Amino acid sequence: MAIKPNTAFLTSYRIYVAAFFVFLAAPLVAAGVFAFNDSVFPSLPWQGFTLDWFFNDTEPKLGMFHDRRLLRGLYYSFVIASFVSLLSVFVGTCNAFLFVRCKFPAKDFFYIMMVLPLVIPGVILGISILLLASNIANGAEEALSLDLDFLRPGIILVVLGQFSFITTITSLVIIARLKKFDESMEEAAFNLGASRVRVLRTITLPFLFPAMAAAGIVAFLVSFENFNTTLFLVGSEAPLTITMYDRMVKVGSTPVLNAVSFFLMVGSAMLALVSVLVQRDKPQT
Amino acid sequence: MMQSDIKRLSLILLFAPFALWIFLLIILPHLGMFYISVQEKVGPRMYEFGLGNYINFFTEPIYWNTLIRTGSMSLLVTVLALLLGFPIAYYIAKIAGNRTRGALFLMCLIPLWVSDLIRAFGWILLLRETGIISTSLQWAGVVNTPIEFLYNDAAVIMGLVYTVILFMIVPLVSTLDGMDNAMIEAGYNLGGNGPTVLRRIIIPYAMPGIVSGCIVVFMLTAGSYLTPILLGGKNSSWFTEQIYDQFITRYNWESGAAFGFLLLAFTSLVVWGGLKLSGQTLNSTVARS
Repeated sequence: MAIKPNTAFLTSYRIYVAAFFVFLAAPLVAAGVFAFNDSVFPSLPWQGFTLDWFFNDTEPKLGMFHDRRLLRGLYYSFVIASFVSLLSVFVGTCNAFLFVRCKFPAKDFFYIMMVLPLVIPGVILGISILLLASNIANGAEEALSLDLDFLRPGIILVVLGQFSFITTITSLVIIARLKKFDESMEEAAFNLGASRVRVLRTITLPFLFPAMAAAGIVAFLVSFENFNTTLFLVGSEAPLTITMYDRMVKVGSTPVLNAVSFFLMVGSAMLALVSVLVQRDKPQT
Repeated sequence: MMQSDIKRLSLILLFAPFALWIFLLIILPHLGMFYISVQEKVGPRMYEFGLGNYINFFTEPIYWNTLIRTGSMSLLVTVLALLLGFPIAYYIAKIAGNRTRGALFLMCLIPLWVSDLIRAFGWILLLRETGIISTSLQWAGVVNTPIEFLYNDAAVIMGLVYTVILFMIVPLVSTLDGMDNAMIEAGYNLGGNGPTVLRRIIIPYAMPGIVSGCIVVFMLTAGSYLTPILLGGKNSSWFTEQIYDQFITRYNWESGAAFGFLLLAFTSLVVWGGLKLSGQTLNSTVARS
């Protein structure tokens, strides 16, 4: 302990910290608990425990696993998040080698450019990409009568929009790991006669793998829960957050949204746990 | 000779994805957005260069009032997040024991993995007229009619602080974690009391973390969309809502692009000012990893 404050102060400090964590947990608990309330409104009083909001197949208590639109949203979210995570880990890994290993002019400037997408508001990223894509598509249609459908709002634009800022996150995670790499290990392998490709495959990439996996999981989760950027780029294939928002605005809050929230919270928690576990350093042998 | 060729080739191969990403998805769209924002519609499918969209923004008080309101509320949220978050970060980094530290830090991160939408939904269930807090207060006999806690500025500010405070705590913990306890002890031994040590030693040391947390929190708040709308209701008047309105409801892309650019310029200006005032750079704060 750094300081030895008096006990009264320490006690009130502890109470503050505890209160803060209650504050953090409160809305999540509220969103999760009502998934199990046997009532058509997500509010008190408690009507008894039920799993209908997950598994029931008839109105008015249509469970989330029988709700076509929600399931479709879940599917699209999954597809989008998988693409975003693969793409952003690939580019993030390239960026890590670029910024840790290579020497080139104006490196500091490019590094700032790499970090920049993280501080641009998501709404702006969304509309700027939408504008550019639509203008190109319109231009191609008028001048060349080409129908560039992939530049219209839809899955591809959503993937590109999310990728544009998630890549910064994956790059930072992988760069941090690559910086810790001891280059004498590569040199040793070269001295033993290994080729570049072989060194990369057997030494460097295995070392980077935990960071790449963790970055991929983070990218997957950030993509899954993204709303701001997605909102402007979404076409008819709406991912889950958009579907939920639509439902919330049009139908009002129903416990099936609580069920989806609970499902997503458990899913994210498990993925986050995996990412913590893969990144934990194994004891050196 | 061979070696340097390989070096150059790998540099080009590694630079290509980076350049494609930054140029096609960041620089070009923003240039395009700026270009569209200085176009004026003069007839059906007829445009010419002009600052009309920007002039329109400054002559229509409701527009710039919304931007000012968004900016000042975002600053308030940033300050609140710092004041509320700093003690938590300090507790995690310096006071908690080794085992509780990791657990507390992880608990701080949990809401990060939950969508904005779910967090806002949770607050709605707590705060609305038929919500948990109102019902509990009635049940406890404190009040006898339902109370609406939603749809006011306080709810918006609280919801925003909740959403962004983690981005304040995480950089603060990592900065404070790197601080040697001996520095704090030395401050006490030299006769400093609690507030002096905090002001003269801990805060200057934590400055990069504070600035980085503030930048991220401010940007996230000013650019947020869901929380103000869902917790503030119809009259939340958040600037991103105006942008959405121009784009989707009125289909006026030129003016929407101008608004987007103004938001970007405004937030960048605030961040730049903050960096100048605190004597930090973007590299020394946000890019620290």
